[in-house]
Amino acid sequence: MHELSLCGAIADVVTRHAEGRAVQTIHISIGQLRQIVPDTLVYCWSLFTADTSLAGSRIDVEHVPARLACRACGERQELGATPVFACPSCAGVDLEVVTGEEFLITSLDLAGA
Amino acid sequence: MGRFHRHDDGTEHEHRDDHAGHDHSGYATGAERVEVLERIFDENDRCAAENRAVFAAHGLYVVNLMSSAGAGKTTLLAHTLRRLAGHLRVGVIEGDIETSLDADRLEGFGAAITLVNTGAGFGGECHLDAPMVRSALGRLPLAELDLIVIENVGNLVCPAEFDVGESVRAMIYAVTEGEEKPLKYPVMFRAADLVIVNKIDLLPHLDFDMALFRANLRAVNPKATVLEVSARTGAGIDEWCAWLRTSHTPSAVVSGAPG
Repeated sequence: MHELSLCGAIADVVTRHAEGRAVQTIHISIGQLRQIVPDTLVYCWSLFTADTSLAGSRIDVEHVPARLACRACGERQELGATPVFACPSCAGVDLEVVTGEEFLITSLDLAGA
Repeated sequence: MGRFHRHDDGTEHEHRDDHAGHDHSGYATGAERVEVLERIFDENDRCAAENRAVFAAHGLYVVNLMSSAGAGKTTLLAHTLRRLAGHLRVGVIEGDIETSLDADRLEGFGAAITLVNTGAGFGGECHLDAPMVRSALGRLPLAELDLIVIENVGNLVCPAEFDVGESVRAMIYAVTEGEEKPLKYPVMFRAADLVIVNKIDLLPHLDFDMALFRANLRAVNPKATVLEVSARTGAGIDEWCAWLRTSHTPSAVVSGAPG
């Protein structure tokens, strides 16, 4: 359960970009290969921001599925529910994680000026 | 039209005044969307890079030792310190939520030990992050050490997310935890360069299927090295110590972030 401590890092980034304006929504991309539980993050955010200038803002999570590309044969695959990091085509294990490791703030919705 | 500008800290973003892609329902009406595109771990990772530079400057090999609670990190470490005494000069950064119980168990083996209590966070942090490790560095005689072992907080989830500047990530896994955990905690098992399978003295009493465990581990992390040990009987500890003694050579000290 590190979602609460991550809220501190999120708040720092948000505060810097908001430049004093009221924040309505924080859009966050979370890859499948991150062990961050979106519902927990959303809940922790409400706790963390209570009685701060970010109170009332909400987190909107975009889930990014894990996509892998085989460096040997180029085969692309989406990681299933059971994580197997091998190429289904050539059985190679040197795979590039194309997407799925994201954990970033993509944008903020700020109250109109 | 957007307003593109740069902040004093070097980050830049564009303010888009067109509302393309906006949710116009109720709450967000009148809102302006601001592009950010900033990784949330950036601050931790910058600090980890600084730690890594400090380690490199002192020629230190640094092992981030992770496991679930009760897998045997501290017992293994006690054996390790005893055997490495006289061969390698070892420092230990001991992460613990509240107590010094683990650190106390490691006293008397000639290693320099410093404790990072993570209890200052809300309910206690479940992991060590790069700033916590940095805060411990000043309490270790870095110039007099060859190897630092960071004993992370017992937890199979959170520590895997935080780069602390280590050279290598090792995890201890007890056979009592079952064969399926690599598939349930792929992030942790993928983060490990070395998996130390502990408590093998218990195998006669368990249904644990080592071949199945290794197959599951290989599915999520085909490159991990596996060592089988018993911190109770001492089996396999020599191999682990030999691995540490080979790995710590300056040429093996990597400067890049782990993949």
